[in-house]
Amino acid sequence: MGWKDTTNIIDKTAPYIPALRFHWLTSLYASCVGFIEKALLQVPGVLAATVSPATDSVQIRYVTGQTDFPAIKQAIESTGYQATHPLERKEETVDDETAAHAREYTSLMRKFWFAALIGVPVMLVAYPELPWLYLPNLFLETPSESLIWWLYLLSGIGTLPVMFYSGRQFFIGAWAAFKHHAADMNTLIALGTGAAWIYSTVAIFIPHLFPEGTATPFYDVTAVVTALVVLGQALEVRAKGQTSQAIRKLIGLQAKTARVIRDGQEVEIPVEEVRVGDIVFVRPGDKIPVDGQIIEGRSAVDESMVTGESLPVDKTVGDDVIGATVNTTGAFKFRATKVGKDTALAQIVKLVRDAMGSKAPIARLVDVISGYFVPTVMIIAILTFLVWFNLGPSPALAYAVVTAVTVLIIACPCAVGMAVPLSLVAGVGKGAEHGVLIRNGAALQTASQLQVIVLDKTGTITKGKPELTDAAPATGFDAATLLYYAASADRPSEHPLAQAIAAGAMQQGHNPVEPTAFEAVPGYGVVATVAGRQVLVGNLKLMKRSQIETGVLETETLRLQNEGKTAMYVAVDGSAAGVVAVADTIKEDSIEAIRVMQEMGLEVVMMTGDNERTAQAIARQVGISRVLAEVLPEDKAAQVHLLKQGNRKVGMVGDGINDAPALVEANVGFAIGTGTDVAIEAADITLMSGSLKGVAYAIEVSRATMRNAKQSLFGAFIYNTLGIPVAAGVLFPFFGVLLSPLIAGAAMAASSITVVGNANRLRFFRAKSFAA
Amino acid sequence: MNVVSIIVNVLGLAAIVLIVWYFWLYRREGVQVAEVAGVQQVPITVKGGYDPDVIVVRQGKPVRLLFTRQESSLCSEMVIFDKIGQSAKLPEGETIAVEFTPQESGEIPFQCQMGMLRGKIIVN
Repeated sequence: MGWKDTTNIIDKTAPYIPALRFHWLTSLYASCVGFIEKALLQVPGVLAATVSPATDSVQIRYVTGQTDFPAIKQAIESTGYQATHPLERKEETVDDETAAHAREYTSLMRKFWFAALIGVPVMLVAYPELPWLYLPNLFLETPSESLIWWLYLLSGIGTLPVMFYSGRQFFIGAWAAFKHHAADMNTLIALGTGAAWIYSTVAIFIPHLFPEGTATPFYDVTAVVTALVVLGQALEVRAKGQTSQAIRKLIGLQAKTARVIRDGQEVEIPVEEVRVGDIVFVRPGDKIPVDGQIIEGRSAVDESMVTGESLPVDKTVGDDVIGATVNTTGAFKFRATKVGKDTALAQIVKLVRDAMGSKAPIARLVDVISGYFVPTVMIIAILTFLVWFNLGPSPALAYAVVTAVTVLIIACPCAVGMAVPLSLVAGVGKGAEHGVLIRNGAALQTASQLQVIVLDKTGTITKGKPELTDAAPATGFDAATLLYYAASADRPSEHPLAQAIAAGAMQQGHNPVEPTAFEAVPGYGVVATVAGRQVLVGNLKLMKRSQIETGVLETETLRLQNEGKTAMYVAVDGSAAGVVAVADTIKEDSIEAIRVMQEMGLEVVMMTGDNERTAQAIARQVGISRVLAEVLPEDKAAQVHLLKQGNRKVGMVGDGINDAPALVEANVGFAIGTGTDVAIEAADITLMSGSLKGVAYAIEVSRATMRNAKQSLFGAFIYNTLGIPVAAGVLFPFFGVLLSPLIAGAAMAASSITVVGNANRLRFFRAKSFAA
Repeated sequence: MNVVSIIVNVLGLAAIVLIVWYFWLYRREGVQVAEVAGVQQVPITVKGGYDPDVIVVRQGKPVRLLFTRQESSLCSEMVIFDKIGQSAKLPEGETIAVEFTPQESGEIPFQCQMGMLRGKIIVN
């Protein structure tokens, strides 16, 4: 992929023309609006300027490099107004998109009702063979031929506004596509309804052009098909809005306001006005407005909406908070570190949106097909016409026109083209709901095919931090005393194992004291004086050095080591007091997550740089049988490569930094994030929470999404490959069955709604990995 | 077979030939791009298609495509550059920039989400 290293000139995260908002210092007179806008548009590089008197601000779109803040500010000031600081462009809001969809829906529904209102009477005069439906029969015993002719004429005239109001977009779209040597759904509908109208009109005005009996108009096809297809489009718009519900939910998470200190006072301001470095107040129950670091106070924060982690996370001074998460009961102040498009939420939205806009490889084939689809249908329509015209029963011309029009109308390229993208949008959104960020369609498709999952041990299966696990006292001591001495001696040490012992003891309610003397012996342990007694905490070498008899404790030590733990001897005043052990403990839900993965038919492999014994101990606990231990960091990618042999699809789960090469080597790289690291470049799938359940969930979602996409695709293909021949009349010679163009219109509308509806089913997808 | 049916048949077959030529065989000429401040910039109108839809740019220089969608149909709501992994949402009436620097010559296709509207950038 030579294109991967393309660079963006302005900003990789924002494919928008940047926009600025300025505030006035003085209040604005409505009459000045046009004046200011004109002045701004004269600045080279400014593309658009919209003054909003209601908010006393102006929004400006400009091309970077061609103009800058001072130039814009100067232009504003030349009008006599004072501009204050520029504001970040407001991110596209939920309302913008919903409003656009609602407008489109309303407009289509209006078009539908218009077409339906005309279509019904037009239909009632179109079928003399159905007497109970035939309008003239209801009033007259034998309607005169001239009356019928006039009714036809009225139908023809009435159908014109249907075509050019309700069906306007078909003709405009068809023409625009035609100019580009392209053809789409609009082309088919425009050709079908247009051909029906023209044939009908010629038939009523110059009937002698046609053989006897064929000069019957069918304006109802034009009116009713237009109505049905427009209705289908309206329903599609509505359903489509639901498909991308997930991203709207994400955008909707954004807080609206923030309480910050400005000019020494606490004020509430719109969230867009928060700047990096602002001190933000968060009260109980508040939504945290932007990303930052706590400088005062403590609380538990519900981060489930961003990370998928269901339990609130304790936060205190120095901890990072994520914008859009919700504070629970405490209160705190934090310093804003990321605002606007840099916040974790904005990055997530961007990532999800990009993924929704990407293509799954399966869709590429569809693209090739859809490029040929519409012209092929046009050719089939012509061939259908010719076959009926040459070989069909009388009136051959009428049959020829009706079947050709039916072929044009029944073909539904939309259903084929929409199948994969819509499922992808729904699936990627479903992932984001649980803190699983899928980078693109290719990642999603490959994730659905994975056979092997390689899990890094440290930090992935385990917490990545040693914790105190055991305290085995020697005779004459109890666990509490043992821990008291060990923790007190270890307190000043900076060694992670010593810290784990001190922290663990405190957590268990022991109160270690500060030692009066302390010495760290690198490679051995510590020697300290605690409450007047000499305490040694360290390995066997330390004990040997001080000639301490450890014999009785060695079986205990061996047992702990076999469990993958690191055991340390403790001696008090020259005699062994016991053994304490620390270990990197398994995350609470790792066992469950690995079980789910295995149930899904995945082979789960553990990879670690640790020694075989520790690795096996952890593997036993979590139920993994295949272990790759003592793998050097630089060999991880090579190991993944080996696992890929035999064309097996391998997923690698790691922390995204140390494991980056292995993540890239794998077919799908899963990076376990820590909440704020959204943009982990090496990863195809980023898990916002540390839980391995995210991996199982990601694979489940991918499988469900691909299954859904294939269903839709298959359905759409079957629909077209069956529908088109039936419309062309292949069943007619055998069963005398011919499809009405009206049925074709309804089928076409229904088929595209079905595809959207099927994608929407994914919204109700329930994963095993998150089932209670 | 009378004269009329011969004419109809010939016209029908001619129409098929025309469709094949017009939609499949016809080669479009690309629009050369003007350079603005070192950037190859081109405005593209989105309305039932991309106008222009074939754009010729030079390799190694930044390209800025300014899309303006002038229709409300949801089909053209997004433009996707699959090859370079970019996509952009095009709100109606707004000008949206897509930017990248082509590093090697070749074609970069772009399209709407359903692949109904298509265009391409030819990199020389």
